[in-house]
Amino acid sequence: MSVENQFKPKIVAFCCNWCSYAGADLAGSSRLTYPADVKIIRVPCSCRVNPMFILRAFEKGADGVIICGCHPGDCHYSTGNYYARRRMTLLFSMLDYIGIENGRTRVEWVSAAEGVKFSQTMNEFVDKIRSLGENVRLGDLRCKK
Amino acid sequence: MQEIISRAKELLENGTVARVLGWKIGDLPYNPEPAYFETAKDLENFVYNGFCGANLSKYMIEASKLEGKTMICLKPCDSYSFNQLIKEHRVDRDKAYIVGVGCKGKLDIEKIKKAGIKGIESISGIEMTDAADTLEIKTIYGDKTMSYADAMLERCHVCKGKDHVIYDELIGESKDTKDAERFAEIEKIEAMSPEEKFEFFKAELSKCIRCNACRNVCPACSCRKCVFDSNKFDSAQKANVDSFEEKMFHIIRAFHVAGRCTDCGECSRVCPQGIPLHLFNRKFIKDINELYGEYQAGADAESKGPLTDFTFDDAEPSVVAERG
Amino acid sequence: MKKIAKANLSALFRLIAENRDLYLPVNVSGQVNFAAYTEDAKVDLDTLKTVKSPKDAFFPQSENLYTVTKNDGKMKIEPEALKDKDFVVFGMKGCDVKGIEVLDRVFLSEPVDSFYAARRAHGTIVALACNEPEESCFCKVFGVDCAEPTADVTVWMAEDVMYWKALTDKGEALTKSLAEVLEDADSSDEAAVENKKAAIHKIVEKLPYSNLSLEGWNGDVLTEKFDSALWEELYKPCLACGTCTFVCPTCQCYDIKDYNTGNGVQRYRCWDSCMYSDFTMMAHGNNRTSQMQRFRQRFMHKLVYFPANNQGMYSCVGCGRCVDKCPSALNIVKVIKAFSKEGER
Repeated sequence: MSVENQFKPKIVAFCCNWCSYAGADLAGSSRLTYPADVKIIRVPCSCRVNPMFILRAFEKGADGVIICGCHPGDCHYSTGNYYARRRMTLLFSMLDYIGIENGRTRVEWVSAAEGVKFSQTMNEFVDKIRSLGENVRLGDLRCKK
Repeated sequence: MQEIISRAKELLENGTVARVLGWKIGDLPYNPEPAYFETAKDLENFVYNGFCGANLSKYMIEASKLEGKTMICLKPCDSYSFNQLIKEHRVDRDKAYIVGVGCKGKLDIEKIKKAGIKGIESISGIEMTDAADTLEIKTIYGDKTMSYADAMLERCHVCKGKDHVIYDELIGESKDTKDAERFAEIEKIEAMSPEEKFEFFKAELSKCIRCNACRNVCPACSCRKCVFDSNKFDSAQKANVDSFEEKMFHIIRAFHVAGRCTDCGECSRVCPQGIPLHLFNRKFIKDINELYGEYQAGADAESKGPLTDFTFDDAEPSVVAERG
Repeated sequence: MKKIAKANLSALFRLIAENRDLYLPVNVSGQVNFAAYTEDAKVDLDTLKTVKSPKDAFFPQSENLYTVTKNDGKMKIEPEALKDKDFVVFGMKGCDVKGIEVLDRVFLSEPVDSFYAARRAHGTIVALACNEPEESCFCKVFGVDCAEPTADVTVWMAEDVMYWKALTDKGEALTKSLAEVLEDADSSDEAAVENKKAAIHKIVEKLPYSNLSLEGWNGDVLTEKFDSALWEELYKPCLACGTCTFVCPTCQCYDIKDYNTGNGVQRYRCWDSCMYSDFTMMAHGNNRTSQMQRFRQRFMHKLVYFPANNQGMYSCVGCGRCVDKCPSALNIVKVIKAFSKEGER
């Protein structure tokens, strides 16, 4: 397989400052790898992720969006990720309802100690998006030119 | 209707209220408009019939800022919106004198016109006192009839019931007009393949002209400045050049009112392009009911909304993929 | 005059669309709007009024003006190409055609809008007489004859035949290119059209709004109308949505915005509505700060400002779309009536 022809997905990962971003750091300092297709955006808390962030990411050309936060119960603001959990569940359900492929969005809880989980999750997610192919249903045509 | 008018006159005269918020007779048989009445003379134009579908709750946001009390006429389903607005501190309960008015289902002029009835001169059978369940429609192209139920708004077929959830007094009888399952349409779409779902919503949303009628009529959309009007972000895109903007607008709008939408159906009633916008809101309601327990926004003015609440063992977002 | 059997209409459309674009009323998800013709489009010529007016064909709701791209640190600005393909808009009604005349006043007077001018130059309008006008119609008030709309070509729909009459050079050229499907009409056909027209006129007389009086709107009435206390009452139910503006055949205000595509910027224009809070917003803020002022602007523009600048031509054509579609059942007719009642008092 030639390198040029391989689909290179664009993936946006929203990572909570306290757990998942530190988890990504640990993955790096432990020399664990994950694909460079993943672009991390650091947010104060997973519940900072507005549904509009996710749709905007897709609009501007993302093929997959993953949200990572502290494990339920571990939120550094006590309860942020519980709210995020409900919001994301409803949003994902709505995306499914309008015919967007399941799997383009994902939520994963990754703690600061879980460098291995972070790297595994990202590898899995990138594989999943590769199998789904390019995001055509949620993109804005004006951005494709 | 006469009973409402005489009561309104009484309340105006004895100074209980400074104005009445109701419906004013239109210049066609089917277009009454929301209106304020301040004198007994104004009330000559008061009307309450089958075409008074407009939900007046949202007007109370402005009326709350006025001097004195406002008598507001609410149908059973409107009272849910009113309660929700109290919960969100958008209306002042003490500024309102709520008259719960009876309702036997409201009519949709679009449905009458879609049935090929045009050139309408008069419609009888729309008064609250009319017992018949058929509309007699005189048109310049001949006389037509249509059953009342066939001409009803979609929301009346899934009526929430004939009880007002908040009121100071009740005038008139109501009728439960429910004859369809509230979530039947949603289930039908859920059963489609992703491709079918996508094509369905693409066709519907491609009609959107971004007129914002759905947003502006919505009692839950009470933000002083909508994110889609904000010039501080990239979100105030008015273009309808590409189908994405419409998807964005309608998904986000439905999301912003999720858990607060009482399913009053105003969005679908006002859409000039007949987009069934309630399909978005009702999907969220169905999900909330299934995942977090039965919840009816506006049933009370105190409980916590499902999106401002949580439990430790809520479903994970992966449930969406797992349930297939 | 020419004619064609109704059964042959699809052949006619196919022939028109062969080397031109063809826009005509099409039913999509239950709503009829003007759209491009395709083989499987659900063409609907029976619905009297499309939801949106056909002004889109000449003045689209959104259109690109230019695109800026950045390559190797260099900016490239590419203006959007002007329309250079001929097209036909089939089935515009008398009011819609008059709407285009209003737009012409705006976009074809100096400085000429090149995008609009190019579309006007390449577009041929085939106007369809209204068989069954409806109760919300009041085109007669603004001098429109819906039985005989004057465009490049006028057509009348009868029981099983459509009559076709070219009125301009563009219309003649179109007729010529369609010679293989159009047949010659004879004097009995001419008589049939006359009968049709008379029948339509008879219906128009019966419409409730047909004899709406515009008295009091002519002449120098700007200050009087502007300062009227009626506006405070009239605007109250207005939701500040843009439905009336976007279904209107004459509303011509637009906004210019930038869209960030990630690797450049597209500057586009899109319809704007005077009902919106950010309408004509400038750096110093907004010059109309209340909904009453915005509401007044819409009707003052149509009935006072526009005629004052255009030899008395109103920028309302009486199509009645706002009457049909306003979520609060407000409309220009109610405004006109309220002012004439005020005069009686």
